[in-house]
Amino acid sequence: MKKTIKKSTIYSLAAAALFLVFLYWLDANRLSQGMLISVLQKGAILALVATSMNLLNGFTGLFSLGQAGFMSIGAYTTAILIIPVRSLDGVYYMNGVHPAIMNLRLLMANSPPFLQSVYPFIALLLGGALAALIALLVGLAVLRLKSDYLAIATLGLSEIVRAIFSSPQFDQITNGSYGLNKIPNFPPMLFGLIPSLITPFIITGVSVAFIVLLINSSYGRAFKAIREDEIAAEAMGISLYKHKEMSFVISSFFSAVAGGMLAMYMRSIEAKTFSITLTYDILLIVVIGGIGSVTGSVVSAFLVTAAKEWWLRFFDQPLSLFGFQVPLFRTGFRMVIFSVLLMVVVLIYRRGLFGTNEFSWAGLIKRLRLKRPAKKEVE
Amino acid sequence: MSILLSTQHLTMQFGGVVAVDDLNINIPKGEITALIGPNGAGKTTAFNVITGGYQPTNGRVIFDGAVIAENCPRSKMKRIYNGSYTEPFRHTVVNKSDVITRLGMARTFQNIRLFKDLTVFENVLIAKHCHIKAGLFAATFRLNRGEERAMSQDALSLLERVGLLESRNEKASSLPYGKQRRLEIARALATGPRLLLLDEPAAGMNPKETDELSQFIVDIKDSFGLTVFLIEHHMNLVMDISDSIYVLDYGKTIAYGTPAEVQNNERVIQAYLGVDEA
Repeated sequence: MKKTIKKSTIYSLAAAALFLVFLYWLDANRLSQGMLISVLQKGAILALVATSMNLLNGFTGLFSLGQAGFMSIGAYTTAILIIPVRSLDGVYYMNGVHPAIMNLRLLMANSPPFLQSVYPFIALLLGGALAALIALLVGLAVLRLKSDYLAIATLGLSEIVRAIFSSPQFDQITNGSYGLNKIPNFPPMLFGLIPSLITPFIITGVSVAFIVLLINSSYGRAFKAIREDEIAAEAMGISLYKHKEMSFVISSFFSAVAGGMLAMYMRSIEAKTFSITLTYDILLIVVIGGIGSVTGSVVSAFLVTAAKEWWLRFFDQPLSLFGFQVPLFRTGFRMVIFSVLLMVVVLIYRRGLFGTNEFSWAGLIKRLRLKRPAKKEVE
Repeated sequence: MSILLSTQHLTMQFGGVVAVDDLNINIPKGEITALIGPNGAGKTTAFNVITGGYQPTNGRVIFDGAVIAENCPRSKMKRIYNGSYTEPFRHTVVNKSDVITRLGMARTFQNIRLFKDLTVFENVLIAKHCHIKAGLFAATFRLNRGEERAMSQDALSLLERVGLLESRNEKASSLPYGKQRRLEIARALATGPRLLLLDEPAAGMNPKETDELSQFIVDIKDSFGLTVFLIEHHMNLVMDISDSIYVLDYGKTIAYGTPAEVQNNERVIQAYLGVDEA
């Protein structure tokens, strides 16, 4: 028993090291591998949101559609705190910056350099904390609702947040409908030891690890009990309100952190970025990966992003075969193909790619072993 | 003899229907008390009120000397209140089921409510969660290894006690019916109760299984030092193991006494067999 645990840890460490080496290689060749890098980074960000959504929808059984709203809270908080001071006036050229923000930013700009290098991470955490606080307050009212009604309420919340961010009353803070731009890219970590390219993977890795640890703890089991049967869970002494609130707050926190990373990735954000369609994109990732599987969410985040942004690109280019201009191959056609692919995947994998299963080395080895003799028979 | 659970003039009215009317029961510590009655008599409703599932319309529930639920008819209910006990109580005490469970009262359900997609072991382990001392972060970062180990140790020994140790890694829904019933009892026991409420534990069991269950209930009562309050339709089981019996019909208590007394009670026979019109 103990030996297998040790083996699997070694495998995991080796895999992580290998991936890290790959990332350093990517960093060295970042000019030639632009597409791969941007797909992987976006995949990592979406993997974190999808996992946090899965914690809520798949593990606690709360059907919430407020992810985009919490992401926007994180994105705006992060962006406001990290746009370079010298660019602030340019960004807010229409309405000017709110004096409080300007003063705070000047104060930050005048602090010692070692603090400066940590500010982006503090900004991400603050965005998360703000979203968590809002989730805590909103949860008081909203978490009494069940299933579809909760979905509608959280959807509404997300829209309200978006409307607030784009409203002219907050022009000096959120820059209204103009959005924020000139957001710096990901910061490097550990005094440049980890280049900025790798930062999102580290943040996602740590966050997902936290969520996985939580799910496998006693509290995670209580979440699952609520998903399975609320009445029975309550009869077993699990406070529904307390545990739902925990799950909602933690999920919102990580959604906001991912939102902050999305701001760093996209370099410019506006309220429209965080419309309902973003939530649906994430829901799609969760469903394709398997509701109730963290592995599924992470894998499908990368797969869906790669398919959407990269692999299907050539459908958007006009294609001529032997002098014949193939119809339909034009901008936007890739989304048609993508939708068809999604339908096929959902039809084949009814419960998502992973169902409720998680990745484990033992499971992988077992599968490989099972396949080997079968192959020999064919030969 | 001390009383562990008692209800005073407990009334539960849904709209115009009085499901439980002026229920006064006393459950002595360390005994098995049964609640019987024809279908629709209000037995399960009484259970739900006692365990905090419903808020009573009028009356009071006292568990181990403390009032755990109390209510009086309010607003609209004041006008349409139709219970036979008309003296309203003054205060309102509300405790949700999870709080009541933590006080030491666990229950099973008439239609089995296991955590179907989780394993047998997890089902019992989850019930141990209600007494967890570690906070969310301590538990996440595994700072409570000792507590966690004690929890799974307890869960395993409970499973061994009810004879489900072999099937601990099976999905709860894949167990045969009789074992699911046992698992539900094991899960209730895992919350560390003093009072165990069983809602038709023998429903759907054949005579042999029912006999085993009677023995099992007496066993766990003795070894865990429990008080048992049960609803049951199998008269053999009820008459065998109960120390006293309450009989409900149309929400009203029509009889109370030892098995022998209840068996020969005129009104009970009428309620169960109907009145001879001629």
